Amino acid sequence: MTSFDLSFAKQDHFALFGLPRSFAVDRAELDRLYRDVQARVHPDKHAHMGDADRRIAMQWATQVNEAYQTLQNPLRRGRYLLELAGHDPRIETNTAMPAEFLMEQMEWREAVAEARAGGDADTLGELHQRLGKETRAQYEALAQAIDGAHDWTRAADIVRQLMFQEKLLTEIDEALEAVEA
Amino acid sequence: MALLQITEPGQTTAPHEHRLAVGIDLGTTNSLVATVRSGMAVVLNDEHGRALLPSVVRYEGDGTVEVGYEAQAGQSIDPKNTIVSVKRFMGRGLKDIAHIESLPYEFVEGEGMVRLRTVQGVKSPVEVSADILRAMRVRAEGALGGQLTGAVITVPAYFDDAQRQATKDAARLAGFNVLRLLNEPTAAAIAYGLDNGAEGIYAVYDLGGGTFDISILRLSKGVFQVLSTGGDSALGGDDFDHRIFCWVIEQAKLKPVSPQDGRLLLTRAREAKEYLTTHAVAPISVRLGSGEYVDLTITTEIFTEITRTLVQKTLAPTRKALRDANLRPEDVKGVVMVGGATRMPQVQQAVAAFFGQEPLNNLDPDKVVALGAATQANLLAGNRAAGDDWLLLDVIPLSLGMETMGGLVEKVIPRNSTIPIARAQEFTTFKDGQTAMAIQVVQGERELVSDCRSLARFELRGIPPMVAGAARIRVTFQVDADGLLSVTAREQTTGHEARIEVKPSYGLSDDEIAAMLKDSFSHATEDAFRRALREAQVEAQRLLEAVQSALREDAALLSTLERAHVDTLVARLQAVMIGDDRRAIDDAMAALNKGTAEFAARRMNASVQKALSGKKVEELEK
Repeated sequence: MTSFDLSFAKQDHFALFGLPRSFAVDRAELDRLYRDVQARVHPDKHAHMGDADRRIAMQWATQVNEAYQTLQNPLRRGRYLLELAGHDPRIETNTAMPAEFLMEQMEWREAVAEARAGGDADTLGELHQRLGKETRAQYEALAQAIDGAHDWTRAADIVRQLMFQEKLLTEIDEALEAVEA
Repeated sequence: MALLQITEPGQTTAPHEHRLAVGIDLGTTNSLVATVRSGMAVVLNDEHGRALLPSVVRYEGDGTVEVGYEAQAGQSIDPKNTIVSVKRFMGRGLKDIAHIESLPYEFVEGEGMVRLRTVQGVKSPVEVSADILRAMRVRAEGALGGQLTGAVITVPAYFDDAQRQATKDAARLAGFNVLRLLNEPTAAAIAYGLDNGAEGIYAVYDLGGGTFDISILRLSKGVFQVLSTGGDSALGGDDFDHRIFCWVIEQAKLKPVSPQDGRLLLTRAREAKEYLTTHAVAPISVRLGSGEYVDLTITTEIFTEITRTLVQKTLAPTRKALRDANLRPEDVKGVVMVGGATRMPQVQQAVAAFFGQEPLNNLDPDKVVALGAATQANLLAGNRAAGDDWLLLDVIPLSLGMETMGGLVEKVIPRNSTIPIARAQEFTTFKDGQTAMAIQVVQGERELVSDCRSLARFELRGIPPMVAGAARIRVTFQVDADGLLSVTAREQTTGHEARIEVKPSYGLSDDEIAAMLKDSFSHATEDAFRRALREAQVEAQRLLEAVQSALREDAALLSTLERAHVDTLVARLQAVMIGDDRRAIDDAMAALNKGTAEFAARRMNASVQKALSGKKVEELEK
């Protein structure tokens, strides 16, 4: 198969939007860039063109969506920055966590399970808010570790913890959904 | 900001003539076709001035196929051969169909998707839908006086891959060039947004004849971004009819009714439902074929009471869609009502109570989807007027995943991801020396494979024997802008590849469609050969226009040598397209497509670089 000049699309997600490689992202600017680029590459803009244009449009639009989704989500952005810096957070294999953090997680989980079993939407809502606040603090620490201290080991630790916390937030959402249904 | 400009004749930017494109709302109860004329989306009526075409097809013993109002009469006299609400059977197996016992058809369990036995033989829902679409095409070509460049066909946002694929197959079978499958609520938002220049968060509540959809969108600066979508692909106005039907049976203490009587009662139930929209009580009186006489009166209160659970059933997906978008009801600036079933007062009240505001009803809920589809079709066909520039970013409604060990689902693409999207996941072998791997593709939100819909199953063979866990099999899911999935599997260490379009096991293959098309043309008055040739010529013309406009804009991206090569390919296509050798036209088109691929890639790069240089898109559009 002939290879086309897709080098521009194959750049890293930050470069694709012409943004600096940092954890801090100007969300409004990112949204604007996403819309402007997608407005040019989206398959709908090339539907009346030939096959070649349409195929390239789909590759581009796919890549732009992926880049945007990665950058607009702080956890995915953090993981992606670790990857780019060559610091694989070894999510799958490295499960070593501070005992204190793991204990906390277990307590959270018990509280959620109990509220869910009791159909207690108010408690679930409150748990969601408290955990939301904790994760926001974690993201601030992550921003400091990456952009400020360039401490990749610490950043990887925070990312691993955040993965637990975000998963728990999703579980609370699901519990709320189940209780309200 | 005015997104839609009504252009004066000759004011459009494109030098070529207006291309004929239509939007089709292929509904459960009714279908419509619309187009953009002089910058305005309009529904095309039949010769009697009627906009709606009842989605009813009757197959008669003499080989006649009646569609629409003519077929409706057959509902009570020939229910078995008169197919109504066929949309409910698209991409569905027997076990998926609600109230199957009260339907008068003879179902045949086809491969995955049901078939219906009629006097004209066994028909798949795809073929029945194609008959409806063919009637729409005849209407459109008659009204517009020419061959269509293409069509946008709408589908419920909550349709899964199997249902979308079935819809696209039906459109192709009816001879349409499908420009895009468009989600119905998104189509409504387009019609609504463009008419009103809306900005902010909007909810589209779409209760059709057989499906319920809820979509949450952000409208901003000409971009329609779908944030989340949800629904129930087996809940609609028909269910409200059915509740009245059951109520009548119970009140009149009727014994099990014949298919004819059942159809008659359902028709009366539907009439009562519609009457209750503007009246407090509705009479239901009917003489059945069994001799029994039904004479009842249903009030708004009774109707509201017996359908309360149905209305509630629409609010659960609504809550979920809001949560998926991280929004609360009060964040929503307006609620657009779509679908004839939203005329029911109890639905209006429930939606108003949920969102804390009166829903928007200023566009005809029956027409709004078709109008939006026509607007999108016009844009996709390349009839873009100056200033009329907007973009639609839609999502996939249900998560896509694969079966892993123990019948569990590994999600690969989560629901509400913006399309097009591609995701890859790595898997490995679990036995020493394993050389093949079965890949089961599923769609749905549940954790167990058995609770999700199975879309396809294929095998990657020829994996070199290795110890368990050593092989690295990368499975890539690609969902295109129509929301349709294709899957590739590749063993990473050897590069061994298997690729499939995810055609549900009961989907039609391209060969089957080609055979059916040929078959349908042999009955048609028009010569199949002439039509195929004309289609190829229309497509060749389209390609030439596209290449020529690209050359006008970006000739600087090609070297003299490259330019000469493209010119040669253009000249060759121009030479063969005036002849009648369809094969030669196809070959010349393929060569031109291939020969301009690199040019297309460079143009895209250049275009993106312009976007990043900070200039607004509008400033660059000539």
